[in-house]
Amino acid sequence: MSDQGWIGKSVKRVEDYRLLTGRGTYIDDHPPVANLCHAAIVRSPHPHARILGYDLSAALAMDGVVGAITGADVLKHSKPFSVGVTAPVQYFCAATDKARFVGEPVAVVVARDRYVAEDAADLVQVSYEPLPAVVDPERALEPDAPVLHEAVGSNLANNRRLVYGDPDRAFRDADVVIKERFRFPKYGSTPIETYGVIARWDALDGVCTVWSNFMGPFIMHPLTARVLGLPGNKLRFIVPPDIGGSFGIKSLIYPYMALIALASKLTGVAVKWIEDRHEHLMASSTGTDRVAYRELAAKKDGTILGMRFRWLDNVGGYIRSPEPGCSFRPTGNFVGPYRFQNLEVDASTVMTNKCLTGPNRGYACGHLYFETEGMMDRLADTLGLDPVEVRRRNLIPAAAMPYRTPTGGLYDSGDYPQAFDKALEMAKYGELRREQAKARAAGRYFGIGLALAVDPSVSNMGYVATALDPQFRAKPEYLPKSGAVDSATIKVDPLGRVIAILGTTPQGQGHQTVVSQIVADELGLVPEDVTVVDEMDTFTRVWSISSGTYSSRFGSVGTSAVALAARKLKKKLVEYAAHLMDMPPEQLEFRDGAVRAKQGKGPSYSVKDLAGRAHWNTESLPEGMEPGLQATAVFGFTVAKAVDAEDRVNSSNTYGFIAEVMAVEVDPETAAIKILRYVTVHDAGTIINPMIAEGQIYGGALHGLGGALYEELAYDEDGNLLTGTFMDYLVPTACEAPTIEIAHVVSPSPLTPLGSKGLGESSSMTVPAVIANAVSDALSPLGIRINELPMTPSKLWKAIERAGRSHAAPTAGHPRSRPTTGPPVQ
Amino acid sequence: MKPPKFDYHAPRSVDEALGLLQRYGGDAKVLAGGQSLMPLLNFRLSRPAALVDLNRIPSLAYITEQDGQVRLGAMTRQRTIEFSPVVKERLPLLREATKLVGHLPIRTRGTIGGSLAHADPSAEYPAVLTALEGEVVARGPKGERVIKAKNLFRTYLTTSLEPDEILVEVRMPAMPAGAGFALEEFARRHGDFAIIGIAAMVVRDGPRCRTARLTTAGAGPVPLRLRAAEEILERDGLTDAAIEAAARRASELVSPDADIHASADYRRHLTGVLTKRALKRALGAARG
Repeated sequence: MSDQGWIGKSVKRVEDYRLLTGRGTYIDDHPPVANLCHAAIVRSPHPHARILGYDLSAALAMDGVVGAITGADVLKHSKPFSVGVTAPVQYFCAATDKARFVGEPVAVVVARDRYVAEDAADLVQVSYEPLPAVVDPERALEPDAPVLHEAVGSNLANNRRLVYGDPDRAFRDADVVIKERFRFPKYGSTPIETYGVIARWDALDGVCTVWSNFMGPFIMHPLTARVLGLPGNKLRFIVPPDIGGSFGIKSLIYPYMALIALASKLTGVAVKWIEDRHEHLMASSTGTDRVAYRELAAKKDGTILGMRFRWLDNVGGYIRSPEPGCSFRPTGNFVGPYRFQNLEVDASTVMTNKCLTGPNRGYACGHLYFETEGMMDRLADTLGLDPVEVRRRNLIPAAAMPYRTPTGGLYDSGDYPQAFDKALEMAKYGELRREQAKARAAGRYFGIGLALAVDPSVSNMGYVATALDPQFRAKPEYLPKSGAVDSATIKVDPLGRVIAILGTTPQGQGHQTVVSQIVADELGLVPEDVTVVDEMDTFTRVWSISSGTYSSRFGSVGTSAVALAARKLKKKLVEYAAHLMDMPPEQLEFRDGAVRAKQGKGPSYSVKDLAGRAHWNTESLPEGMEPGLQATAVFGFTVAKAVDAEDRVNSSNTYGFIAEVMAVEVDPETAAIKILRYVTVHDAGTIINPMIAEGQIYGGALHGLGGALYEELAYDEDGNLLTGTFMDYLVPTACEAPTIEIAHVVSPSPLTPLGSKGLGESSSMTVPAVIANAVSDALSPLGIRINELPMTPSKLWKAIERAGRSHAAPTAGHPRSRPTTGPPVQ
Repeated sequence: MKPPKFDYHAPRSVDEALGLLQRYGGDAKVLAGGQSLMPLLNFRLSRPAALVDLNRIPSLAYITEQDGQVRLGAMTRQRTIEFSPVVKERLPLLREATKLVGHLPIRTRGTIGGSLAHADPSAEYPAVLTALEGEVVARGPKGERVIKAKNLFRTYLTTSLEPDEILVEVRMPAMPAGAGFALEEFARRHGDFAIIGIAAMVVRDGPRCRTARLTTAGAGPVPLRLRAAEEILERDGLTDAAIEAAARRASELVSPDADIHASADYRRHLTGVLTKRALKRALGAARG
């Protein structure tokens, strides 16, 4: 078996037996301590209101109520979380002075069960002075807008103007300049399992243990320790064996970890809180809604000279870490797969009375590529070029790899033109265009969309400092940040079986399966011989600030740590066998699960044999060899460096590529969009388990479809939430999933031992772009361009209806011909 | 998301259930399939003193045929209706509508009586009951009364049932043999409540249309019979022109509300589009 290897095989997921039979152990099934009490959180019904006082008397008088805490206790017993910007925003784990969005926690009631806790929460009286609210990021920056944080003085949490190359010159030299305004909606991930926290603050040993479905990054551990006034070694984070999805959202559970820990401290009991779905939709986390102004400068032949981005990212009531990653997370890949060198980015982070934000699958890349790929199509239109051609003329060629982008990214490998060609070939692009011409002749709205994206994985946490002014970063007291680190330990027991211990926090990605494949290959075993343990525990695992399972890092960081730990152990096994065989280690090799002579016949020692001897008889070890058969490896990318004085940063460590083609038809009567073809080609380096990789692509695509067509966390102008249930916040289901045609191009990463890259965010970042481009193409005879998502049938119909009054029905002709004066869809 | 405290009763007979309703004097809620009531309780939007659970009264679940009517016990599950040979034969429009009700697990619990008593104007069953001129039987302390569909639905989530009454039976006249029918629905996702739905039935008589029935779902506070549109078909037959005219008329007859999913204008427009589509499909299926 080992000749062929387990890597690259669709090994069935070992996790699925327990998950599919309902035997997973999620946070709500996890009984780590006896006599748990249950919390209900009292939340602000107001989008914006000053808190005048609390009356807990009726709640505390209820039978079964243990205690309650309010924002006043939070203010007294905790500190605000540090934020990633210099604006003086005080973000506590609950509202202390004002409530700034509907659903913001204002008090916590602890009772013997959740029913009583909710009954008592109903009785908590909070007096509010309602204040005017603002939800639109542009409106929020007007001088007369209500101000959320008086200490900041306006609603602008941060602004950075980043300049790379000479954008002004690029625009001066341009033959064509294109300007567009885009709006990207606020949506999340709605993982099937909501947040859950269990906290026990032990007054005797001073240790606060927090069990939760937190996924990292473990930068939140020191931040939370500081908030709670604890040394790091008195705050213990433990995750349960199973986490039911996250997609970035569960990295924002940390304020609740602090809040429930405080509730435990102040009530003196262990406290459990499981977020319900209504709470999740109101007050967990989403991506930002963004208003973007884009400008593109190009030559007549389609060569892009430069771009300008002006962004207003809406982070809701408070900016909180890791925001403003909403703007800066993709810094290294701001230019996407294109060669242009001149770029200006003006990124504003705005606070309004909406719920708070954070990473959401594809962190900011869905926004980025929706805008850029929309601009590419506008450029094609303007120049009368095919959108394929305009992209080809600007793609980074394979020969340029590894490629340093003007913004500091280091694209490690890839052949973008090849992957693009593959997607076009699979979709039979030429045939689709002919089909389109026929459809148009028959009066049908048939459209073809393209989207290309550089898929960044494994964030280098150093990117967050791009938010800060270079002068601020240059101060001697400023501590630079960088890194992307994960660990793994592999140990062989006396019977020759292997346990691999990870520092990761899988949320359904199948780490146990993938690690068993890697270890089996390295040690010549079968996956069943390898037991993989995750269940992250900050007291017992080797971890660092950037540990965790976020930013698609397991596929390259976690797997690298595992491979390196296995290789370390293998080296030890070879050295031990060499000693037993009295041969030089150089003449031995690890082959088919045993250490053997490289040449000729001779004795061999299997892993099992060596394990038995090493454990039972330490005398048999060579002099100086450490007893036991275990190895720990900590893998860190050396390309993860701090942001430089010119705001350049390699914000990720591995960079994949995505090329997509989609064909749609829009029903002229109902405006319903039907996806006819959807082809997606990915280059994520070595694929360890194709089945799992495909699952990620399916999920990512459907997630992107959610943002493009269905999902929006909507508020009215006064800040009231309109989408508090799944009847109004529509998540696409299997029934809405199109047929997805997937292919891979493999350009192994030179930076990882296995050549693998991350893939978990995948098509979530391209589908909004590809479907918007396809629908724009379908409706181009009407002059309709899609610059705003989600495209609901109602909105789309309105645009068709309006355009229909000024344009004739579709006619045959040049497939890309369209009136140039049409209004974008608003 | 836990309900406030309530008493729970699981009576074994309708009389016992009626007694309980009387005891709570309008403060009790009847629990059927629970597909709408349970979320309302968990959101604390409904805070009854007691639930009277009908699920332990087996005599409330049946499908029979009598005097040209199909009679369905109020506790008949949607899933049972979906597979009932009687419904397939006599009420094929109801069968088609049932397939559009939510998703399989919802239909497994949901009941016809519960759906009608809940009176969600976007739901399929109120539209079908209205289109087929069905009726329901309500039993109260003073005995039974029959309420015609047109008198049952008052406004959003409100019926003419009294608080001490229980909807015990649903009656729909068997559809004429050869009747063409269709339920056209537009929803953003599979299984969602309709943004607009149109239930249609046509009975052909050669080139003429003997009977036309058109009812909306989602186009206002109650399911609406589009009588003026029906009359066009009954007068002019089932020609393309008549169908177009009926569809146009249909969109003029409704005054739908806007919500987060659709504007009022779009709903009005869809009413016309779906009326046309429902009629064309119904016509294609009609015999006679």
